[in-house]
Amino acid sequence: MTVSYDNSKIIFDGIKAAGIKSVSALPETWLGLLLQRAESDPDVQLVQVAKEEEAVGVAAGAYFAGTPHALLMQNHGFLGAINGIVSLAQLYHIPLCMLIALRGHWGEPYPWHTRGGIVTEAVLRALSIPFEYAREPAQVAKQIREAWTFSQSSLSPVALLLTRDLMED
Amino acid sequence: MERARCLEMIYPELTDTLVVTIMGASAQELYNLGHRENFFYLQHAMGLASSIGLGLAMHLPAERVVVLDGDGSVLMNLGTFATLARYRPRNLIHIVFDNGSLLSTGGFDSHTTSGITDIAAIARGAGIEHVAAVDTAVGFGEAFIAALERNDLSVIVAKVAAIGPEHYGMDLQLPENAFRFRRWIQDRKRATEQTS
Repeated sequence: MTVSYDNSKIIFDGIKAAGIKSVSALPETWLGLLLQRAESDPDVQLVQVAKEEEAVGVAAGAYFAGTPHALLMQNHGFLGAINGIVSLAQLYHIPLCMLIALRGHWGEPYPWHTRGGIVTEAVLRALSIPFEYAREPAQVAKQIREAWTFSQSSLSPVALLLTRDLMED
Repeated sequence: MERARCLEMIYPELTDTLVVTIMGASAQELYNLGHRENFFYLQHAMGLASSIGLGLAMHLPAERVVVLDGDGSVLMNLGTFATLARYRPRNLIHIVFDNGSLLSTGGFDSHTTSGITDIAAIARGAGIEHVAAVDTAVGFGEAFIAALERNDLSVIVAKVAAIGPEHYGMDLQLPENAFRFRRWIQDRKRATEQTS
């Protein structure tokens, strides 16, 4: 299994088509090709953080600044960022458009990813974070645009879960 | 040295500067000097004040950003120094008031008590070039003026006494603070665009 070159490009193009100008991220395997594109694109500002919770702060700063911003992270990074999501974004009504690589789910061969994968959906529900699964390359650009739109209208975190079907060939 | 005295010293310089504070005493002491629309008080999410500052500074290169952090908060997000060093926003001043205490939650010693952990050394080790460690009001004032003039990422670690205000409370709801802070920034952006 390899990370999908074509679908990484489709997702990156979808991010740009949604009007997003700035991306924070912590590199992870499925997001690697996407981040390479972000790094070399002069129209997108990439902020690499040391831990995903920092990205919640960076996203709040970008929101205050008026720069459309998306957060790219693995689901384990999402789990590690929860206090920031709850006590900065949700507490202050700051939108977060989160694209989350859903590791440790259907078809996962690596034991270390599995617990995080199994609990991700339940944690999103517990936090009242609206989410969708992205599986189809033909749909993902629309899903990114809608995630962005909904985050801005609801002033809330929203999550688009990037699945194995989409991210691997 | 008292943190409230330090804040009094820099308050006149913060009229058109974006300020992000941490929770508790730091937020309250700044608020008590007189709230301004360009102040954002992060009353929870400990550790993220500097990350908000980074996001502001990187996306608003024409604005100056001052973060008022504390030892307890920054110890929860030490990676922030490495991220700040990597992107080195020239318009960001990161002040860490180090009182060696988790004052707001009962005054337990933090790891910086008795000089065990050196936050300035951590910041330097993370790759931040301009780091000042001060323990007098004069030293703090000089470090702040130098940071203003430097126009480069600056960290000031100020040793202060573990004391805070006697009363807590703001006539400002948390989302209201966020909405108004954002509006102040957007109004200013529009005004700048119109004049340019």
